[in-house]
Formats: sequence, structure tokens, C-alpha cells
Amino acid sequence: MKGTYVEMENNISGSKNSSSNLKSRKLLSKVFEGFFFLAIAFGILMLVLLLTNVLKAGLGWLSLDFITSLPSRFPKKAGIYSALIGSIWVMGLTFLFSFPLGVGTAIYLEEYSDKKKWFNKMLQINIANLAGVPSIVYGILGLAVFVRLLAFERSILSGALTLALLILPVIIVSSQEALKAVPNELRHGSYALGVSKWLTITGVVLPYAMPGILTGTILAMSRAMGEAAPLIIVGAAGYIAFLPKSIMDSFTVLPIQIFNWTSRPQDEFQNIAAAGIIVLIALLLTANATAIFLRNKYEK
Amino acid sequence: MEKSKRGPDKHITRMHFQEKLVKTILQAFSAVSIFVTIGIVATLLWETLAFLREVSIFEFLFTTKWTPTLAPKHFGVLPIVVGTLMIALLSSIVSIPVGLGSAIYLSEFAPVRVRKIVKPILEILAGIPSIVYGFFALNFITPFLKGIFPQIEVFNALSAAIAVGIMTMPMVASLSEDAMRAVPKALREGAYALGATKLEVALNVVLPAAISNVISSFVLAISRAIGETMIVAIAAGANSTLTFNPLHSIQTMTGYMVNISMGDIQHGSVEYKTVFAVGLLLFLMTLLMNILARHIVSKYREEY
Repeated sequence: MKGTYVEMENNISGSKNSSSNLKSRKLLSKVFEGFFFLAIAFGILMLVLLLTNVLKAGLGWLSLDFITSLPSRFPKKAGIYSALIGSIWVMGLTFLFSFPLGVGTAIYLEEYSDKKKWFNKMLQINIANLAGVPSIVYGILGLAVFVRLLAFERSILSGALTLALLILPVIIVSSQEALKAVPNELRHGSYALGVSKWLTITGVVLPYAMPGILTGTILAMSRAMGEAAPLIIVGAAGYIAFLPKSIMDSFTVLPIQIFNWTSRPQDEFQNIAAAGIIVLIALLLTANATAIFLRNKYEK
Repeated sequence: MEKSKRGPDKHITRMHFQEKLVKTILQAFSAVSIFVTIGIVATLLWETLAFLREVSIFEFLFTTKWTPTLAPKHFGVLPIVVGTLMIALLSSIVSIPVGLGSAIYLSEFAPVRVRKIVKPILEILAGIPSIVYGFFALNFITPFLKGIFPQIEVFNALSAAIAVGIMTMPMVASLSEDAMRAVPKALREGAYALGATKLEVALNVVLPAAISNVISSFVLAISRAIGETMIVAIAAGANSTLTFNPLHSIQTMTGYMVNISMGDIQHGSVEYKTVFAVGLLLFLMTLLMNILARHIVSKYREEY
């Protein structure tokens, strides 16, 4: 804190000279407060502009028909059904893969591992690095490993595995936070009753940490739901006029369908893209609201 | 605990076995994340090496023509690297001042009520998918910019960069605010007691104390901007000639990868391999920035 201390002294010696400059210093403070407020107002304004822009372009095109129709070359007939169903398939599988793996890893790191050992330190650093890898790079991994090497082709399975790896670090880190927040007294109490370590974890620690784990998982899932880039690399199609029947079928998801419409020059396609965005944002907001509700309900 | 009929020893042996088994399984789970890293590095390296057997590393890194799909094919990656850096730089002009200003306001000036409303709004802003920002850039920011710069192209770097800046701003704001709020109250009160104004406390006491995390949040925002894909794929265009003009259409590394993946590329072709070579370059750039960010935090952390 040395530097700060010297700077503080400078301030004081500056203000000692005269009390008359206090007024101007206070004014300066107010002016800058205004600037800082403008920064935050800019953020809020952008959110408002973004939402009104999307609603204005898309609301008129949003209807039950839009949700229950397959895509079409004609914007008036086009719908989002196959993308919606595709998203549900992919998200379901992504959850199945990433949740046990993520929570299991977090349990190992928090409850079992000796944090001083180099292997476990490396694990932790590795997870932090993975969280910073751009999503498109996971797409390349998915293309090389799932699509080609394991020959899952451009299927729902390949897409879901790719997204599962993408959100794995997020689930691990948030689950670790939730496990760290469990008071040690609870563990000790359980051990004192002679309960084994694993039963203590499943019976005492996990139930206590579950709201936190679920909140983190929901946020991670909603991130995966909005991802388009890795799935484009994996080879999700922009135009799917049928519903998937198995996890080996080709697929599209909401963000890719939206991207497909956005990249067409006609105005009407921009409008249905906006309608698709409204559906996507509505789903994400519902998920986030659930996460916040969970957090508030159990975090007492 | 009830004793097993086979005697306590056997029961405990079985319990020990079970415990060990669980630990081994969980350890195996955690090894997956190691395999992910190995997988990423191995696949990127493998195909890049194959690529470099067909194209010299000198042509790839130091020439300025990038036309992998058009004859005559050129593989100079610089134009799309410049495109990427342009987006990163321009977006940080939006994200850093606005993010830092928001953080200072929230941490030092805002009444509790305002904070309670504004923080969730920033969280919402951070949770909006990048595809939506891409739509916003194309349908709102670009027409808006056209009013200021009539010569601007429909697809241009500036509009995409502004959208990327808006997207990464909440990250700067929330990481910086966390760091500033972690500065102990006593430091602030000491400064107030000496007659400092709010601004002086914020800029001369709190900000220097939190500076390591604040700067690392800047680096992370730039790293995010480098890896950002859908906004630039929608709004920045697909012009891979070298340009430094932000009003022109450009192509970024990520934008290139999306464009080529939308088309039908032959597995094993040189175009297919470019995706990995460009991907490796992107991976290294972001990895470097993330390591730098962590280094700044650990090296310049203030202890209080």
C-alpha cells in the first residue's frame, strides 16, 4: 500500500494549502460522478435499444404458427420448430454429459484431493485455462474428435459432446464454490456419527450445496443454449426441414437458425430472425429467472 | 452403526473398498478436463503440421494475401490477424472505459438501491448470446453509423467492434467492481478522515489498491474479443484483403473459420487444414492473454 499512502499524503498536502479549493474539488468529484453514471447509463441504454430493436422487428412475426412450423424458403411460412426441437435434444444430452462429470470433478477437487499435490494444482490451473478457451476452438476439437475420429458424423451427439466439454469448466468452478460454502461442522458432525466419507458427501454435503450447484449449472446451460460458433464448426446445418428422431441425426439449433436468417439480405428474413431471437431470449430469461429463484429460495 | 453379521472387520474392509472405488471414479472424472486440453492441443498441432507440409510457415505467418478458397490460392494469415486485432482494439475502446466507469460508479458512488437494480441488468447484458449482438450490430449500429459516416460499408469492422465492446463491457464492470469492493473500508475511511473527496478516494485509494484485478479484467475482455465469433461473422463481413480502415468490410480469424465451415469443405483438403492452423493461432493468442491476466493478478496483488 506504499504508493497509495504517498498519493494520499499528496492529496492532503494539496488540500492543506487552502480550504477554498475544497469547493472546486467537490465540484470535480460531482462532475466525475456524472461521467461514471453515464457509463452505466450507456450499458442500460444499449440493453433497452437492443431489446426494443429486436421486439420491433420481430414481435409482429411471432405467432404460434411460427413456433410450430418448419423452416421454409418463404419467410411468411418459415418457422422455428425444427431448431427448437434440435435445441432441446442438444441441451438434454449436454446436461447428461456435463453435469455428472462437472459435479464429480468438483467433488474430487474439494472433498478428496490433496490440494498441495502437483497433479491437483495442475488440474485446477488447467480448468481455469479451459474456461478461457474461445468456444470456436471447442468446435474444432469436436470436429476432429467426435465428427471424424469417433465417426459420430454431424450429429446431435457430436454437437452435445462438444457443448458439454465447453461448459464443463463453468460447471466445475461453480460447483466447487458451492461445495466450499458448506460449513465444515456439518461434515464433522456426520463423521462423528460414524458415517463414511462418501455417504457424508451424498447425504449431507451435496444436499446443502445443491442450490448453488444447480444455479451454476443453469447459467452454464443457458450459455450453451446461446452458442452457435462451435456447432457451426462441428457441422450443424442451417436448414433442417425435419425433426430429429435419434441422437445420430443431423440437426440445427435456435442460434444457428437465427444466424442463417440474419445472413440473408431480405428484410423479411431479418424480421423472422428477430422473432427467433425473441423465442431464444424468452427461454434464456426463464432459465435465468429459475436460477435466481433457486438462489434466493435456498440461500438464507 | 450396525455391525455386519460377517463381523466388523469384513464390513470395514468393504467400506474401505467402496470409498477407494468412489475416489478412483471421481479422479477419473477430473482427468477428463486434462484430456480435453490434450485433445485440443493435439488436434490443432496435428492438422497444423499437415498444413505446414503443404504451405511454408513463412508464407503462412508473414505474407499478406489470404485466399485459401480462390485460385490462385494464397495462405498469408496476416489480413485476418489484423482484422481480429482491429476488432479487439476497437472493442476495448468501448468496453474498458465504460466497464471501468460503471465499476467505479457501482462500487464508490451508487446508492444501495441503484446498485440492486443495476447489477442484475448488467448480468442480463452479459447473458445475451453473441448472435443477438450480431443482429443488433447489423440492424441498429450499422444504420446508426451510416448517419455519421455515409461512406461506411454494410459490413464493417467498426459496427462489429462496438457490439463486441458492449458484450464484453459487463465482464470488465463486474470483475473490476468485485476487486474494488474487496478493498477494505478502513482505507477509504482513512482517506475521508484526511479530507479527501469521493473522487479522490476512488481514484487515489481504491483504484490503485484494486489495480491488479482491474487490469486483468481488461486483458480478459480483450481475450474474449479475440475469440468472439458470431458478431463478427454477421456484421464484419468476409473481406480478407488487408485493410486498416474500420469502415471497411474485414474478416477475422473466427469469421473465416465460420465462413469456411458453412461451405462444403473436403475432409483432408488444404482448406480443411487451414481451420486448424488458424485455430491454433487463435488458441495461442487467447492462452497467452489469459496467462498474462493471471500473472498480473498474482504479481501485482496488493496485500491488505
